[in-house]
Amino acid sequence: MSLRKLKNRAFIGFCILSALFGLVVLSSVLYSLVGKGIAGMGLPVFTELTPGPGSHGGLKNAIVGSLMLTTLGIVIATPLGILAGTWLSESNQSSKAAEMLRFLNGMLMSAPSILIGLFVYKIVVVTTGSFSGWAGATALAILALPIIVSTTEEMLRLVPTTLKEAGSGLGAPRWQVITKLCYRAAGPGIITGVLLAMARITGETAPLLFTALNSNYMTTDMSQPMANLPVTIYQYAMSPYESWNELAWAGALLITTFILIINILATVLPRWLKARKAAK
Amino acid sequence: MHSTATALTLRPGAINGDSMFHRLSFASAVLIFLVLIGIILSLIDGGWLALAKFGPGFIFSNTWDPVGGEFGAAAAIYGTMVSSLIAIVIAIPVGLGTAIFLAELAPEWISKPVGMAIELLAAVPSIIYGMWGLFVFAPWFSEGFQFWALENLVNIPLIGPWFDGPPIGIGLLTAGIILSFMILPIITALTRDALKTVPNVVREAAYGIGATPYEVITRVLLPTIKNAAVGAGILGLGRALGETMAVAFVIGGANRIETSLFMPASSISSTIAQQFNEATNELHIASLISLGLVLFILTFVVMGAARILLRKR
Repeated sequence: MSLRKLKNRAFIGFCILSALFGLVVLSSVLYSLVGKGIAGMGLPVFTELTPGPGSHGGLKNAIVGSLMLTTLGIVIATPLGILAGTWLSESNQSSKAAEMLRFLNGMLMSAPSILIGLFVYKIVVVTTGSFSGWAGATALAILALPIIVSTTEEMLRLVPTTLKEAGSGLGAPRWQVITKLCYRAAGPGIITGVLLAMARITGETAPLLFTALNSNYMTTDMSQPMANLPVTIYQYAMSPYESWNELAWAGALLITTFILIINILATVLPRWLKARKAAK
Repeated sequence: MHSTATALTLRPGAINGDSMFHRLSFASAVLIFLVLIGIILSLIDGGWLALAKFGPGFIFSNTWDPVGGEFGAAAAIYGTMVSSLIAIVIAIPVGLGTAIFLAELAPEWISKPVGMAIELLAAVPSIIYGMWGLFVFAPWFSEGFQFWALENLVNIPLIGPWFDGPPIGIGLLTAGIILSFMILPIITALTRDALKTVPNVVREAAYGIGATPYEVITRVLLPTIKNAAVGAGILGLGRALGETMAVAFVIGGANRIETSLFMPASSISSTIAQQFNEATNELHIASLISLGLVLFILTFVVMGAARILLRKR
């Protein structure tokens, strides 16, 4: 066999091994998540509060807290993100201001999440004088915002100009063309963006550490420190207590399952919406 | 937008809705700018006490003594840089290999599910990688690699000292490896997409003159997508620099600069995550926020470079 063929074989072998490498890591992560997560899973996880050191309990307050923080974060970020994305898509593509904002949006998207936590700590926690659910939700909203902005812009740019022209031709003002025509046409894509942003912020731990903090109580009062899954998982996993470690794995399994479901929804839902629209 | 708004002033009654909508959307867009400026200002303001006291020496000093009130960022910066470098040294070749496998070598029925699985790696939250790294990977790494390395690699000149340390599973090298798993999907996805944009005629021409896949890919395709590949690598580096939770679990939390990659170390983000809520005196808090400022500047420069490269494709 010639040297050329040998090199070729080695190269192809390397590429196959590389792909296998990622698959092995993924299977190992999922295997340990399911294995150790199910061991700690059970009804008490959903019905009991987070326990004190070394004792048994559940994650009820953390689950409720996480759902509230994530939902509120998305509720804040979605309208702002869609509006900002609309402005970017409507502005002249080569305009300096839009170009700059697009760049800054990218930078915000890639800013380390722990720095968002520090920022919200400074402007919300220090100003109001206490860690709170509001602070946590604000931090999550800032994380979700740039994702929603960029998908909205991309999706609105895909709306055919003829559609907009038809709307304007009927005498509809610009804002109605955008809200009644463009948003409907781009809707499924924007929903995907919102869902992906939600999946992203669900597992975020670092920005909650100094904003929502954590709590062992069941509370729906957003002005108080709020229990949440990621920080609870962090504390329990790092602790020496076995019962806490088990709960941490159960929480990890819960949160990953939730994120996977949202990710699947993000791909399936728009397709379903489009199909329904086509059937009408 | 402005021009259309003025054109529409011809229609009475429509002006208000239009200008209001325009203002609302413009205000939301400006909010992005304000948040970013706010982050920078709040980091400077919050860290001022430490920046004023230690000056530029903050970056070069290696002392981190909350009790004595002496703070320097050198060890954390070193840990952040080295762990991120390890991450891209592993993730770039593996990510490129995977991308080539998915885009060029594998048939569709294999590349589709495998591609989806690799993307799934990106959906797993950072804290899960941390737990997995600490409870599953670290013990395996200790027994499977570190003991072996202590016997076989330590005596190699130059790189030997890297592997001369306690085989405890956690440390700088482990943090770097875990980070590489986390940035693998983004590097793979970006280079795979770039490969797919290369027109087929280019491949056909190269295969037509009798080149092997290896030659076609390394001499024709990779040079074509060079910018995108480098951009993907830098983007991965940027991600790794700011990654917090996964690193906090496995890096060990020791504020030292050591030659050995097996030694516990610390990174900027993990130091902030671990100490911020326990910090009681103001100088300690200010020093942690200054660390955040250093991290912000680091990621801003790296990510800015990546974005410019990726755009020039």
